Amino acid sequence: MKKEVITSQLIKNHGLSDEEFSLIIKILNRKPNLLELGIFSVMWSEHCSYKSTKKWLKTLPTKGERVICGPGENAGIIDIGNNDAIVFKMESHNHPSFIEPYQGAATGVGGIMRDVFTMGARPIANLNSLRFGDPSNPKTKNLLRGVVKGIGDYGNCVGIPTVGGECFFNKSYNKNILVNAMCVGLVNKKKIFYSIAKGIGNPIIYVGSKTGRDGIHGATMASAEFDTNSSNQRPQVQVGDPFIEKLLLESCLELMKNDSIIAIQDMGAAGLTSSSFEMASKGNCGVKLFLDKVPCREKNMIPYEIMLSETQERMLMIIKPDRKKQTFDIFKKWGLDAVEIGKITDTGQMELFFNNKQVACLPIKPLADSAPEYDRPSLKRKKKSPKIKIKLYPNPKESLIKILSSPNHSSKEWIYRQFDSSVMCDTIHSSEESDAAVIRIHNTNKAIGITCDCNPIFCKSDPKLGAEISVAESWRNLIASGANPIAITDNLNFGNPEKKEVMYEIKEAIKGIKNACTKLNYPVVSGNVSLYNETNSNSILPTPVIGGVGLIEKISYVKSLKMKKGAKVFVIGKTSGHLELSIFYQINNLMHGSPPKINFKNEIKNGNFLKKLIRQTKIIIGCHDVSEGGICLAISELCIRSKMGVEIKIPEKYNNPVKWLFGEDQSRYIVIVDDEKQLKKIAKKDNIIVEEIGEVKGNSLNFKNLFQISLDEIIKMNSSWFYNYLKK
Amino acid sequence: MAGKKDISIIIFPGSNCDRDLMVAINKCMGVMPKLVWHKTYHIKKTDMIFLPGGFSFGDYLRAGTIATKSPATKEIIRLSKKGVPIIGICNGFQILTECKLLDGALIKNFGQLFKCKETFLKVVNNKNKFLKNLNLNSILNFPIAHSQGNFHIDESGLKKLEDNNQIVFKYSSKLGKVDEFNNPNGSVKNIAGIINKEKNVLGLMPHPERAVEKNTSKDGIDFFKSIREII
Repeated sequence: MKKEVITSQLIKNHGLSDEEFSLIIKILNRKPNLLELGIFSVMWSEHCSYKSTKKWLKTLPTKGERVICGPGENAGIIDIGNNDAIVFKMESHNHPSFIEPYQGAATGVGGIMRDVFTMGARPIANLNSLRFGDPSNPKTKNLLRGVVKGIGDYGNCVGIPTVGGECFFNKSYNKNILVNAMCVGLVNKKKIFYSIAKGIGNPIIYVGSKTGRDGIHGATMASAEFDTNSSNQRPQVQVGDPFIEKLLLESCLELMKNDSIIAIQDMGAAGLTSSSFEMASKGNCGVKLFLDKVPCREKNMIPYEIMLSETQERMLMIIKPDRKKQTFDIFKKWGLDAVEIGKITDTGQMELFFNNKQVACLPIKPLADSAPEYDRPSLKRKKKSPKIKIKLYPNPKESLIKILSSPNHSSKEWIYRQFDSSVMCDTIHSSEESDAAVIRIHNTNKAIGITCDCNPIFCKSDPKLGAEISVAESWRNLIASGANPIAITDNLNFGNPEKKEVMYEIKEAIKGIKNACTKLNYPVVSGNVSLYNETNSNSILPTPVIGGVGLIEKISYVKSLKMKKGAKVFVIGKTSGHLELSIFYQINNLMHGSPPKINFKNEIKNGNFLKKLIRQTKIIIGCHDVSEGGICLAISELCIRSKMGVEIKIPEKYNNPVKWLFGEDQSRYIVIVDDEKQLKKIAKKDNIIVEEIGEVKGNSLNFKNLFQISLDEIIKMNSSWFYNYLKK
Repeated sequence: MAGKKDISIIIFPGSNCDRDLMVAINKCMGVMPKLVWHKTYHIKKTDMIFLPGGFSFGDYLRAGTIATKSPATKEIIRLSKKGVPIIGICNGFQILTECKLLDGALIKNFGQLFKCKETFLKVVNNKNKFLKNLNLNSILNFPIAHSQGNFHIDESGLKKLEDNNQIVFKYSSKLGKVDEFNNPNGSVKNIAGIINKEKNVLGLMPHPERAVEKNTSKDGIDFFKSIREII
């Protein structure tokens, strides 16, 4: 290899600071060569090292009686009884998806599925949380089209149902869209695979696609702001091949039936570099890799490219030496490249060879352990919006019509029709049928609820409270689907952490997640951080997405947005009418104030009450949590899904119907009840606030003495926005 | 009867409905099917063959094209000539048209997008052994999930299908109305499933195996029970 001079420009191009470069010299006791510099650069990138957030992430609650594996592995794992365990994680693919929406989103789905099946689990459901810019922004339409098609084509081909998610438009995402993909898998508790390298002399096997020049420095790209030339980064976006992923999935699961594998990790961000480093670092051992043995797609690839390529659909595994033949036979059956490319050593070094020459030698432990950890300065943003006194409230009927036909609250049918949600035959509820997606555990009478939630508008105004509400909303969504919430994965999407105001948002949001998860006994078992989501200094709204999973012990507990003629409509929880930052105000261009307060005691009390009603009585026909849009939107959605009308009478004690209809007070549910006497009796005994507000009846959404809209009309206004938008 | 019979499911590397089909056959037909890897050169005795849904070889070109090159597909062609009943669902249907066991072609959906939704199928012809136990004009609720399910055939081909009673399923409304509003993918004449002239090969785009569980439509049970009678 030609000797490259390491100039300060080269260091800067690798995203390393002068201090970080000095640290490298200290660790090596010499200057690195270009290959070594490249390795340091990706390992210490924000994407791989979490250097700006590690200090704060450590404070999150990660333990619980059902937690089998918390953060630090490929994905988190929870126990759902009878030797069944659920493996899940959410991950972002924001930067690549903006540059190349189809491939960026597709490879995001591929990456998160590999994280799950690497641990021995068969993926059983995919979800996605999407954020796009203003619909009138000229780029938004194509980004939306590309991302949705990319997600669909990938998951559909692999044969994993895509069952839910969210899609939100706001101008702050005009130049930085968010594509967060979540995957949930099922594994036998006794057959979980980890990524801790062990056994001196054991072979390291490379499996999957041949390495190409795609995605070199993808992790570094995801660790910097965009500027106007970002489209030049297109070559850094990887290309996905779901068919190879399917082969990799089936062959790995076949191999995992016997005990050949000692450790396994997928080659995700920073490819071969981070997978080999992480496995060796966890096992406190060294590795020797012979890079000329790596199957390459292109000619004359140099070690630098081989180590930093982010070609998709590849795995690295350490197997028992006497199982080589069996291992290679399985991969041959599935038509995949599988090659021994190195060995585990006791040197604690990463030694890289190419054509019999050593091309790099790096100490593994010091490189991993001394990865920078910053306590970046933070500063609270000054609030600009003063309190406004509203004299005349906007018209409720017109506002509801605007909300129902707005991009953010229209039916997402155009999106979810492109996702195969029924493959594997275990989907009980997907997309908009229930507050959470509900997936049966195959061949059993139990199911899980899965949801992703975030309210970026609340987070912008008060990141801690906003994050708390996002966690609570996911908790409520699970309860309303019949589940008992167990744990979350989080995907923290923010702007540039080197800016004090952004760092403040990050710290506060993590504090909020910590507080909510601690109070709700709802630990964080996996997660991902995506920073530098900003372009030309315009940062996105703080978007900490929460992916919650809960257990439904019996299929009969499953609930959805179902109604029944003659049934009574109740609100569980206290309504005080908080309108600041509500959808009602947003749709009427009144942006001021703070998010609603949340009281975790009430949250738990109301949640447990509904859980109890679902488990111990048969009176709950359907339910829906009250969140964005308040009671009014929650009831409208129930009518739309069940195609039935309601007659609602606003309780007399509320003198301002608008506040009652659209207030976004927390910890509330709408329930459709068969036996109102029993409900009232239990509520009284448990000291829970419940209010009877109406009955399922007729063919319209009828708020008595206020306004009425026919069922056909609300269904129509709710279903057309996406189709009209994408027609042109 | 069924208990001793032998049913095979051909597995291509990208098949992804094989497990669902296996579960449905076992549940509704009382037979645990044999899984036959696509590289099998000789399929011994079998009473019925299924080709499952999925993306046999990624299907980046035309769906099902590469699968016609598999040794097992050649066996299917051989066995079909001997009268063995063969059923292709979704990708299986695509493969059967690609290897010319069934007429017509399955092209990109109208609107170009993948589509996953509940559909209703009208049994428009039951004069064949597969469907003789289903009532004529009865409606079955099966989901679809495909991007290349738009059945296409030229006019003379269509006439042949009609004359020989080869069209068996049409997309319809819940109440059986066959029209453009109930055509999910642009198929000619709302065609969702056809059989060959000899009436031993059946292909359909919707998924009966996704309609046999408590949490789904149960009309798939009727479908599988009907074909159980053949063997």
